[in-house]
Amino acid sequence: MRQLMLSALLMSLLAACGSQPTKPEAKAASAASSNGAATKAAAINPLNDPHNILSHRSVYYDFDKSIVKDEYKPMIKAHAEYIDSHASAKVQLQGNCDERGSREYNLALGQRRADSVKQLMEAAGVAGSRLSTVSYGSEKPRALGHNEEAWAQNRRTDIVYQSE
Amino acid sequence: MRKPGDRANGTYMKKLASCIVFLLLVLCRPAFAALSIEIVGGGENQIPISVVPFESDSGGVSAVIAADLARCGMFKMIDPGSAQPHDISQVNYPDWKDKGADAVVIGGIYPAAGGQYEVRFRLLDANKQTQLAGFSYTVSSSQFRQTAHRIADVIYQQLTGNAGVFSTKIAYILKRSGHFELQVADADGYGAQPIVSVNAPIISPAWSPDGKKIAYVSFELGKAAVYVQDILTGRRHVVANFRGSNSAPAWSPDGKEIAFTWSHDGHSRIDIVDEDGRNRREIEASPGISTEASFSPDGQQIIFTSDRGGSPQVYRMPVAGGKIERLTFEGNYNVSPHYSPDGKSFIYLERNGGHFNVAIQDFTTGQSQILTDGDLDQSPTFAPNGQLILYASIYGGRGILAIVSIDGRIKQRLTMQSGDIREPAWGPLVH
Repeated sequence: MRQLMLSALLMSLLAACGSQPTKPEAKAASAASSNGAATKAAAINPLNDPHNILSHRSVYYDFDKSIVKDEYKPMIKAHAEYIDSHASAKVQLQGNCDERGSREYNLALGQRRADSVKQLMEAAGVAGSRLSTVSYGSEKPRALGHNEEAWAQNRRTDIVYQSE
Repeated sequence: MRKPGDRANGTYMKKLASCIVFLLLVLCRPAFAALSIEIVGGGENQIPISVVPFESDSGGVSAVIAADLARCGMFKMIDPGSAQPHDISQVNYPDWKDKGADAVVIGGIYPAAGGQYEVRFRLLDANKQTQLAGFSYTVSSSQFRQTAHRIADVIYQQLTGNAGVFSTKIAYILKRSGHFELQVADADGYGAQPIVSVNAPIISPAWSPDGKKIAYVSFELGKAAVYVQDILTGRRHVVANFRGSNSAPAWSPDGKEIAFTWSHDGHSRIDIVDEDGRNRREIEASPGISTEASFSPDGQQIIFTSDRGGSPQVYRMPVAGGKIERLTFEGNYNVSPHYSPDGKSFIYLERNGGHFNVAIQDFTTGQSQILTDGDLDQSPTFAPNGQLILYASIYGGRGILAIVSIDGRIKQRLTMQSGDIREPAWGPLVH
């Protein structure tokens, strides 16, 4: 009986996970549209406007590093300001690593990558309660190749807007 | 999607078993030629042995024994030819010496009461003309394979002095597109069964010391959490699901506690919980990353990966707390340590130029040796006899498992027809 209940609970949790939108764009759009004032003012959602720095959502790293390079700091600051000025906006920072080395060490490193972006956003004035972090380690690679081109794409933190 | 705890039906299992392609490459590379080290025993001096097909062996018991012995790399298989003795009275020892066999295995399978069978075997020393071992097992026909592995274990132990691992199990993760299965199979890759099947990553399986449970990390809740699952019943419980990532489970040798890594707020530290997930306490906390704990066989120490010195290296500390000692110094990336079963050495993954390879280091001398030569080797795990190391690698663009002996000479490869296999864990000796 206990096993059945556990299984049922698990299934419902899995189902809940599966029903969440998975595309960052979709989440961002709904996050923005839930704020009426912002969407009326802008013809294009700034998060999806390719000319807007807010359309950039990924911070990339060197191998075994979690230091945010200077080139990503303006983008992180812009997102911090956007989150701060949009009361409904919530963001999950998702840390990722390339496939090389230890999967477990990568899981820890991915957490540190996500947390390092969180710290920068908090320093820019965003309340910590608006930001969550998760590490996928090397388990959810964006690029599937076994080469530097793929690895460079997979060493990153994604800024993912959550629907309310 | 299948739930944890579902048992596969017979047809599915048979299909799965037949899907497995077991590729064996027993290579003797000219290892360490530059150092000109003389290898004493092991893969260098293969023991010539002849396994005579058993009498009335429709179940293929003697073929499984011969395959086990051939695969492990410690034996030179001698063709028995036309002479096929099944009982000791039929053995003409000088014939076997002429064929070059030092050891001869004979036996047969005979009907027993209750529809069972008696499997008899003898291991003979052709030089001394004596019997080294002889046993009889009364089993059902469904136990023929397992009995063959047990016989191979007896032969291996008699002739090499080390425990055989042919009747042990291995666990690993099979990934097919976005689908992940934690599978358990015999050490020869036969009889693979999924014990967890989810559409989320699974990593870091770890066998309980009694071989009845497996701890692992699943992302099925959207983040890493540690679970323990009973292999036979499929029943499982959450061991660690605290805020942040929970991962890298390691069983204490008595099976009562599990060390795991808790990552949050930029740090990763090693905690211990009771096997049921209660009574969490911190054993290690420093800024930065500490992860991948492995208990010493006496349970007094752990070795683990930490980047406290600026790059990930292997460290050791007493479980009760105390002095933390760095163990690896060469290179800037030494991770995934595991104690050897005798506690005298440890294996780990070393970044070696652009390659990631499995290495072994002796605790006493501090000397280390790289054992593998892949580009992206990963996740080494000791066989319970301490003679072989199972690890993950990439071959032909796909995830495979490979085995290397601790002297680096014997190599095997384990692949699937489709999908990637990775994250191996070699189960304990079973008696």
